[in-house]
Amino acid sequence: MRHALIGLLAAASFAAGMGAHAAQAEDAKYTIAVSLPTADHGWTGGLLYDAKQEAALLEHAYPGLTVIVKPSASAADQASALEDLTAGTKPDALVVLPYDSSQLTGAVRRVKAKGVFITVVDRGLTDPAIQDVYVAGDNPEFGRVAGRYFVQALGGHGDVVVMRGIPTVVDTQRVTGFQQAIAGSGVKILDMQFANWSRDEGFKVMQDFLAKHAHIDAVWAADDDVAQGALRAIAQAKRTDIRLVVGGAGMREVIRGVIDGNKLVPVDVSYPPSMMKTAIDLTAAHLISKAAVRGTFLISTVLITKDNAQEFYDPNSPF
Amino acid sequence: MPARGWRLPRIEPASLAPFAALAFLVVIGTLLNARFLAPDNIANVVTRASFIAVIGIGATFVIAAGGLDLSVGSMSAFIGGSAILLANASAAHGFDAALAVGALVAIGGGALCGLANGLVITVGRLEAFIVTLGSMGIFRALTTYLAQGGSLSLTPDDLQDLVRPVYFGTVLGVPVPVLVFVALGAVAWVLLNRTPFGRHVVAIGANEEVARFSSVAIGRVRTITYVIQGACVGIATILYVPRLSSVTPTSGLLWELQAITAVVIGGTSLRGGNGRIWGTIAGALVLESVANIMVLSNIVSEYLIGAVQGAIIIVAMLVQRSLRRN
Amino acid sequence: MSRGQAARVALGTGAGAVLAADGLGKSYVGVPVLSEVSLSVHPGELRAVLGENGAGKSTLMKLLSGHLQPDHGRVLLDGEPVRFANPMQAEALGIVLVHQEQLLAEQLTVAENLFLGRELRRGLLLDRTRMHALAAERLEALGCHADPAAAVARLSIAERQMVQIARALLVPRRVVILDEPTAVLTPHEVEALFRAVLALKQAGVALLYISHRLAEVAMIADHVTVLRDGRLVVSRPALGLGELEMARLMVGRDMSTLFPPKPPAPVTPEAPALQVRRARVPGHVVEASFSLQRTEILGFGGLVGAGRTELFEGLIGLRPAQVEQVMVHGETLAHRSPRAALRAGIAYLTEDRKGRGLLLRQPLATNLTLVAPFQRFGLLDAAREHAAMGQARHDFDIRAGRFSALAGQLSGGNQQKLMLAKTMLSHPRILVIDEPTRGIDIGTKAQIYRFIAALAASGTSIVVISSEMQELIGLCHRVLVMRHGHIVAELEGDAMTEDAIVVHATGVGERAA
Repeated sequence: MRHALIGLLAAASFAAGMGAHAAQAEDAKYTIAVSLPTADHGWTGGLLYDAKQEAALLEHAYPGLTVIVKPSASAADQASALEDLTAGTKPDALVVLPYDSSQLTGAVRRVKAKGVFITVVDRGLTDPAIQDVYVAGDNPEFGRVAGRYFVQALGGHGDVVVMRGIPTVVDTQRVTGFQQAIAGSGVKILDMQFANWSRDEGFKVMQDFLAKHAHIDAVWAADDDVAQGALRAIAQAKRTDIRLVVGGAGMREVIRGVIDGNKLVPVDVSYPPSMMKTAIDLTAAHLISKAAVRGTFLISTVLITKDNAQEFYDPNSPF
Repeated sequence: MPARGWRLPRIEPASLAPFAALAFLVVIGTLLNARFLAPDNIANVVTRASFIAVIGIGATFVIAAGGLDLSVGSMSAFIGGSAILLANASAAHGFDAALAVGALVAIGGGALCGLANGLVITVGRLEAFIVTLGSMGIFRALTTYLAQGGSLSLTPDDLQDLVRPVYFGTVLGVPVPVLVFVALGAVAWVLLNRTPFGRHVVAIGANEEVARFSSVAIGRVRTITYVIQGACVGIATILYVPRLSSVTPTSGLLWELQAITAVVIGGTSLRGGNGRIWGTIAGALVLESVANIMVLSNIVSEYLIGAVQGAIIIVAMLVQRSLRRN
Repeated sequence: MSRGQAARVALGTGAGAVLAADGLGKSYVGVPVLSEVSLSVHPGELRAVLGENGAGKSTLMKLLSGHLQPDHGRVLLDGEPVRFANPMQAEALGIVLVHQEQLLAEQLTVAENLFLGRELRRGLLLDRTRMHALAAERLEALGCHADPAAAVARLSIAERQMVQIARALLVPRRVVILDEPTAVLTPHEVEALFRAVLALKQAGVALLYISHRLAEVAMIADHVTVLRDGRLVVSRPALGLGELEMARLMVGRDMSTLFPPKPPAPVTPEAPALQVRRARVPGHVVEASFSLQRTEILGFGGLVGAGRTELFEGLIGLRPAQVEQVMVHGETLAHRSPRAALRAGIAYLTEDRKGRGLLLRQPLATNLTLVAPFQRFGLLDAAREHAAMGQARHDFDIRAGRFSALAGQLSGGNQQKLMLAKTMLSHPRILVIDEPTRGIDIGTKAQIYRFIAALAASGTSIVVISSEMQELIGLCHRVLVMRHGHIVAELEGDAMTEDAIVVHATGVGERAA
């Protein structure tokens, strides 16, 4: 079963139904445990911020509900955290964004065996039978959206350099999607290097790309942090051949730039950390209103342009 | 016996090894892609090496005295984040105030962080490895806390424009960070090789017992090496922040390993007892050149870059070892 | 006797020899350290090799045991030329060198060191029981009671020496080369070692024996070979060769006056240079009080482990200690630390030259000025450093090939002189010298004794800690004897005899008395 739905819609529909159900379920007490990576870079920072915000919102709207948010610093940490969370009084549901799919599948399976409702976010487990709900971004689509935009914006021809993330399944899916989207057009990949989703690496790799290639039409940084670094390198080199830099994920500063009509970075590709909100909401909906939520929810990847940017802009987000 | 010629400093072949490795890399880089030697590219690489060179200068003192500091990378992120926050807060009193506060916080804060490391190690009589591993985690977490998982940027934008020349500016065509590490290297060389303090640093690293029996104030000298390391991290941070005008929780990640690698490539023994400032700077340039050459060349798959870098470092060390034997 | 005759004498005894050197020569960086040396050793024979430091003894032994390869000449095993590429090959043929330096893994236990690389196994596992039993047995045979399960780091230097010897003798040997085996041993331990050496002789093992203790050589050697400046001076039977004659052959001049005349005894009415009341060093010194008069040379005798070294290390803050009072020239020393001691004018020369005294991989001048480097405007003053080094070389007769030589390249005697020079650079009023002549040749010994006497004559008050009783008697005005952490006797004038010191140091005579 595959529902395609926009995260914001799900959250909105649940929030609307909440008021009605809150009164009738007043005596019931529920606990949702949320396990996720600690805020070690922009996107995970946004993730934690969103999880905490949604926890506060839900606890306020529904006094019987407790949401425990527990960030972990590594895969091993997270495995221990999962044991701790279920050691005493077990939660009714677990929302988990695993550090690493294969390493944490066993740990989540043990939680499941205790009768806990499992919601998995973004990075899937190696055994999909464990999860009750799976909320994820669409990684191949993330690459395809960017690729289609490049073909259109460059008029079908151009040389692109690609800055990849950290060598992972997510990264490979995105790059493959990008390559599919530009296939057959005149847009060619000139060079490809890992920039580790880091600003500093983005700066370094871009400097080296600029030294290596006399002419570059566009840069696909695949991440807003990396794009920020690349932009500094381009500004330093005073190169005018680069027409377009596209990152991804929806960082506050970048979306602000899209709204303000930045010429070099006119769009962004969404991969919102707020999918964490969707996951928590769906889990709460299952516990409180017994809504039918089992299944896979793919959060669509959207091209953020001047027209819809306002909808993705949260001036208070740290991301 | 006549003491003829004793005053001439004898240059050991081993001390030339890091420079030989660097020259070798320049040749390789040029062969792989002629653009390696383009002035812009050379300037980029040398400027980028400045952080590790400056931190490595401090690490040379710590390691020469037989110590180790694993906290430098996260220390840089922490004091960078603190400096940005305090500079932003004082921007209301004028940009001059903001710059002064930022620079003071960076160098002073670095020295204080180093002092804390040094005191815990010497007064607490603990292994430097464990102490600085702990402070590495503390500084990193404090940075993440300050940034709330996101990034810390200099605001307003005018302030960013004001500090940008610290990284991007040049004097007579030489990038500012290069001038900084050359000047710092000269001062550090004199301090390590031409002062009683430097001699005591090397003595402690060579044999702490001998130093103790010779009435050397071991605790004080060792602590000062960590303070120097901290101050160097502060200077590196002052160079680093203007580049992207921001600090994220991943800033300075793995700098500690790069700094230690630069020091060792430079000919300083990891066990202490000698220190080579210029070797360390050459080591930092070697590391940055290797990374640059990898990206410029078309023959190495992006998946294999790490392996080739590791192999080059090991080969450089083997060459150095063979020179030492001869 | 000319060299030609000496060579013939050596070769003449070559028949039936198990190991022989035939015209061996060796140079380091073009400087010959050994030239045309021939000698041989037979089964069941002990040949002593004598010579001043730098005479080439150690080089010769290393050539014979595969640690070095000769530039000239041959090594003969059972009359056949052999070449050892490394010590392992020599050991495989039954030739082993017991080093003067202590080459043990300090963190490992006695048994582990003894069996390192030759561990006994039972199946896949180590047979610890058998190794411990065998280790205890072998050490017992050498008169050493060290616990096989104790870490070597906890052993005394003498016990470590025994472990090293036991390790070399673990498997049957044909030739055993001992380099200064008794330098760190007390008379008691020396006796035990000699019993073991005699047992080896009786078992038909050939022994080469390097020592500076001429009395011991006269006692146990069958033959004596004397080297001087890398050349063979004489090879002859030990019978009838007295100590003084040996010393004369080694040094090449008359050695009848080993000890200089004692400077006049100190004037007592003045406040003592050092007065110590009730010093305790946990684990080593139970309680000790003493005073050192101005310009006095005060000896501290006793067995290794009696607490002498630890007493003085405690007094100057090198190890934890409780002291009721320390008065230096009438003033109380309030704070005990190496720096405070330095300021008060107390200097301590450690017995452990290589481990604690000198930076072996640093140049001589760096070592000389380590305590208080010369500086001008905060920078090191190379000119004064150089001048001081030149002065020290002259004053203390430090013989180094090059100015840029490293401390580790000096012979033991020259290292000791360098340490003395280093210490005197801080102009101490009180000088404590721990084992001033350990492992040092007789010529240099005499020199060091003269330095000590001269320092006392020029106003320095001196403490000499020594296990060599002749040294204490010949050098000191007064001797305090320590046993088990107590000062048990004070000897002066005619009462200072070897017997008296031994009786008090061991406690043996007290029962009779």
